Amino acid sequence: MVNYSEAVVATGLVIRRGRVEVLHGIDVHVPSGQIVGLLGPSGSGKTTLMRTIVGAQRITAGEVRVLGRPAGERSLRSAVGYMSQSPAIYDDLTVEQNLDYFRRVLRAPRADVARVIQEVGLGEVATRMVANLSGGQRSRVSLGIALLGTPRLLVLDEPTVGLDPALRQELWELFRRLADSGATLLVSSHVMDEARRCDRLLLVRDGRIVADDTPSGLLTATGATDHDDAFLRIIAHETEAAA
Amino acid sequence: MSPRLTLATAGRILTQVRHDPRTIVLLLVVPALLVGLIAWIFDDTPVFDEVGPAMLGLFPFIVMFLVTSITTLRERRSGTLERLLALPLGKGDLIGGYALAFGLLATLQALVAVAWAVWVCGLSVEGEVWLLVVVAVVNGLLGTMLGLLASAFAANEFQVVQFMPLVVAPQVLLGGIFLARDEMPDVLHAISDWLPLSYSVDALSLVSSESDATGDVLLDLLVVGVFALGALVLAALTLRRRTR
Ligand SMILES: Nc1ncnc2c1ncn2[C@@H]1O[C@H](COP(=O)(O)OP(=O)(O)OP(=O)(O)O)[C@@H](O)[C@H]1O
Ligand SMILES: [Mg+2]
Repeated sequence: MVNYSEAVVATGLVIRRGRVEVLHGIDVHVPSGQIVGLLGPSGSGKTTLMRTIVGAQRITAGEVRVLGRPAGERSLRSAVGYMSQSPAIYDDLTVEQNLDYFRRVLRAPRADVARVIQEVGLGEVATRMVANLSGGQRSRVSLGIALLGTPRLLVLDEPTVGLDPALRQELWELFRRLADSGATLLVSSHVMDEARRCDRLLLVRDGRIVADDTPSGLLTATGATDHDDAFLRIIAHETEAAA
Repeated sequence: MSPRLTLATAGRILTQVRHDPRTIVLLLVVPALLVGLIAWIFDDTPVFDEVGPAMLGLFPFIVMFLVTSITTLRERRSGTLERLLALPLGKGDLIGGYALAFGLLATLQALVAVAWAVWVCGLSVEGEVWLLVVVAVVNGLLGTMLGLLASAFAANEFQVVQFMPLVVAPQVLLGGIFLARDEMPDVLHAISDWLPLSYSVDALSLVSSESDATGDVLLDLLVVGVFALGALVLAALTLRRRTR
């Protein structure tokens, strides 16, 4: 298998949704085998970028290559795992039934269902209807679906939102294991505390990439003490520059 | 398209329906109840023998239209459709899965309704009783395909329910149930030639009033099938992997 050094390369990417231009000609690089955090204020375009990478969003201009192929190409559909921001799951099926259906669609082995249930910690509610689960449990069902099969790229839109610290910790350990086994992860988040767990950080603001650095590099460059601070400094700096 | 994925999808939809026993009961019992009511109202008249067969085609059409359009609308709104289309699932697998699952429900519904109409309510059928079932099932499939199509043009549940009178009512009025189509004003007659339900109603009344019209019935069914296929193709076109 060819080992691409870049799992995602976007060049001059412009996305228009309806009448508004959401991404304004950005360049994005996601190195293979790393966890890349996608950070930015609400409405900055994180979800839009992720949907473009998984091929669910029409590209207005520019190019996106994923694992060496144009985003959304047929051969990528089983190589890219995607968890959308709101859980895309069937309320009127049990956790197991949800996973089993998507497993069949992916032609993944039957044993994947049990593996994934264990990975996202849903063992106790596996036979419960999704409609009767808590918000955090529902989002973990959605995450579980993205983990089915052997995705080489995982695009996770706020996977840990609404989860307690212990569970967040567990999931980040899982993400690290996946990256160690060769997968690439692009993870969006609002929790700056999670930034330090990433190998690289992409900061998006108003549809532009305003920083692309390692977590420690970002601290050094901004002279900040933590990522919350670094984030605020960059945003403030950008706002000044724009004024 | 792959048979395995189509079957997996049909199985998933049926499991969803199975978790909702009340819907199943309503689906199977309501048409029979309404047929029974019509038979009772027109007890001492020949009316039941005239409109009864048409009712057997009408219910699967309306019910499957509603059930499918709402299920697919939910699939669009919950994000599962977007998710599925980003996975190695063919559009044909999805539509085929819906056709298979709701086709099966339509068959069960037709069996119950036809058995009830013929053996309990005493609907007189000159032709083959099984043909009534077949016409009813094809009508159910037509409703499923139109429902798939309609859900693409509805932004929410309210809109999709409003599509029902829009799609169904004209077909019922012009289909020849209330007045034979050739007695209608010319313009309306011409319009009714282009509505699939007209052919279903024609097929159903042929089955019930003539004993050797199987050929004509199948011809009518073919027309309905072509309409269903057309709706299927249009529905497939509305399934976009990429949104704007
Ligand atoms: N369906 C849509 N049609 C038109 N504009 C949209 C649509 N969805 C999002 N937008 C706009 O695109 C911009 C970027 O939205 P996006 O969802 O990518 O932001 P985000 O960074 O993911 O925000 P959040 O952190 O709140 O999830 C926003 O200004 C939003 O209003
Ligand atoms: Mg978002």
